[in-house]
Amino acid sequence: MMTIKCPYCGERSEAEYNFGGPAHLERPSHAAEVSDKEWGNYLFMLDNVKGISPERWCHSHGCGRWFNILRNTETHEILSIYKMGEGVKAARGDKDGA
Amino acid sequence: MQKYSTLSLVRNAISHHNGWQKAWRNPDLKSEYDAVVVGGGGHGLATAYYLAKEHGYKNVAVIEAGWLGGGNTGRNTTIVRSNYLFPQSAKFYNFSLNLYENMSQELDFNIMLRQAGLLTLLHSRHDLEVMRRNINAMHMNGIDSDWVTPDEVAHIAPGINMSEDARFPIVGGILQKRGGVARHDGVAWGYARAGDALGVDIIQMCAVTGFDIKNGEVVGVQTAKGHIKTKKVAIAVAGHSSVLAEMAGFRLPVSSMALQACVSEPLKPVFDAAIMSPATGIYISQSDKGELVMGGALDAYPSYAQRGNINTLEHIISGVIELFPCFSRIKLMRQWAGIVDIVHDSSPIIGHTPVKGMYINCGFGTGGFKATPAGGWTLAYTLANDRPHKMNEDFSLKRFETGAFIDEMGAAGIAH
Ligand SMILES: Cc1cc2nc3c(=O)[nH]c(=O)nc-3n(C[C@H](O)[C@H](O)[C@H](O)COP(=O)(O)OP(=O)(O)OC[C@H]3O[C@@H](n4cnc5c(N)ncnc54)[C@H](O)[C@@H]3O)c2cc1C
Ligand SMILES: [Zn+2]
Repeated sequence: MMTIKCPYCGERSEAEYNFGGPAHLERPSHAAEVSDKEWGNYLFMLDNVKGISPERWCHSHGCGRWFNILRNTETHEILSIYKMGEGVKAARGDKDGA
Repeated sequence: MQKYSTLSLVRNAISHHNGWQKAWRNPDLKSEYDAVVVGGGGHGLATAYYLAKEHGYKNVAVIEAGWLGGGNTGRNTTIVRSNYLFPQSAKFYNFSLNLYENMSQELDFNIMLRQAGLLTLLHSRHDLEVMRRNINAMHMNGIDSDWVTPDEVAHIAPGINMSEDARFPIVGGILQKRGGVARHDGVAWGYARAGDALGVDIIQMCAVTGFDIKNGEVVGVQTAKGHIKTKKVAIAVAGHSSVLAEMAGFRLPVSSMALQACVSEPLKPVFDAAIMSPATGIYISQSDKGELVMGGALDAYPSYAQRGNINTLEHIISGVIELFPCFSRIKLMRQWAGIVDIVHDSSPIIGHTPVKGMYINCGFGTGGFKATPAGGWTLAYTLANDRPHKMNEDFSLKRFETGAFIDEMGAAGIAH
């Protein structure tokens, strides 16, 4: 069981939150020119990392706001919690980045 | 292969059970195979067996990181059924159930299939209407499915809360009489033993660590016990599919998540059928040993940690107590989880990968035990012929490009 610290409300049980998919995905910018394959990649293909992964979460049974978590999917250890718009690089605090 | 029979039991009893052979060999890894199956769960073992039996492959290895059936095959709640909604799924899962019905004979191994029925409970007028439609769809697809009245539910499941004041009152049900449970380890062991007898090398405690790919074609497999030359690879690693795909340089539409289950202390027989209740989000059956086997929904975020969290367990227990208040004082004995491979339309992926010579079986998520024989059979067919069988052609990776999904959340609510 995880305890997650909402950047707006503080520490709460994981039961208050919802996982909302991987963070920092980039939507293809020219929708009309994108092939079905590229759309499929964007919509459905996942890194599904075993290890450290950037994720979006929502404090759905709390303030309702979205934020990012850098989390180890093997151990459930939370390495960093950062607001929407803040880059994963800054959160990770290292050079190799996303 | 030593034949198991009443006679062999008697004969071995007389010789103090010293004459039993090992169920399968423990061979050394060879440096070259005609086909390599990655993953020694039910699907991988079935794939190897059907490659040997149906397609004449004499030189096949199954490479398993841990021990046979130590993944989801040995962790599931063993429900088998075929009451799916769409024609492709109906055909596929019914084929699987047919293979199950004959499996103990075919493999000469008792898989303890008990077809005492699968009862899905309906709790609202909306449930009734949706199920009327689904049951018609199932009949059109040739799947047995019976309408069950509340009185019949009370008869099938003694102890169930039939009060009209219940939070989730029971207004009816549907019953697939051919549904039921089987011994999960037995399925893995049966396929392992029969495959071994046909020459399949089963290599345990040996993780695959990489692939050799030349010009988009697989030419070798790297493992903890050494290198293998091969031109054909079948991957059946469930929750680890994305990890293997990454080794081969492609991605999959798969999320790995924990699904948990638990069992109670053993009780005297209460009911025979497996019971599902989509509205309370739980399902329950009683094992041959008398334990209540209970499960529910996923821990709804990615995880490779093989453990379940306590709030999901609480949901499962509260759902069970809602349906069966009489179970409230029973002790829980064990709880565990497996890492399952979830895809967007709750249907499997069986077929080609972007790498030539490499095929995959994944995406069974919370419900692939019942598909073990068909998943292995179709993967073996696809590898041997380099094209999918009619039964799995719509379950290809391509659908995540074309959008031709087979969205199966429908047929029974929770997809076990
Ligand atoms: C709690 C729970 C309840 C379930 N209940 C049901 C149910 O009632 N009915 C139903 O139909 N289904 C159910 N399922 C789903 C079902 O268990 C799975 O879909 C099915 O068993 C998958 O079989 P498999 O052979 O593909 O995978 P697994 O049995 O998981 O086998 C995959 C194997 O691959 C191995 N592996 C991983 N990485 C590597 C590597 N790098 N190299 C070599 N080997 C590797 C693993 O060690 C593992 O043994 C349930 C699952 C769970 C977890
Ligand atoms: Zn909050």
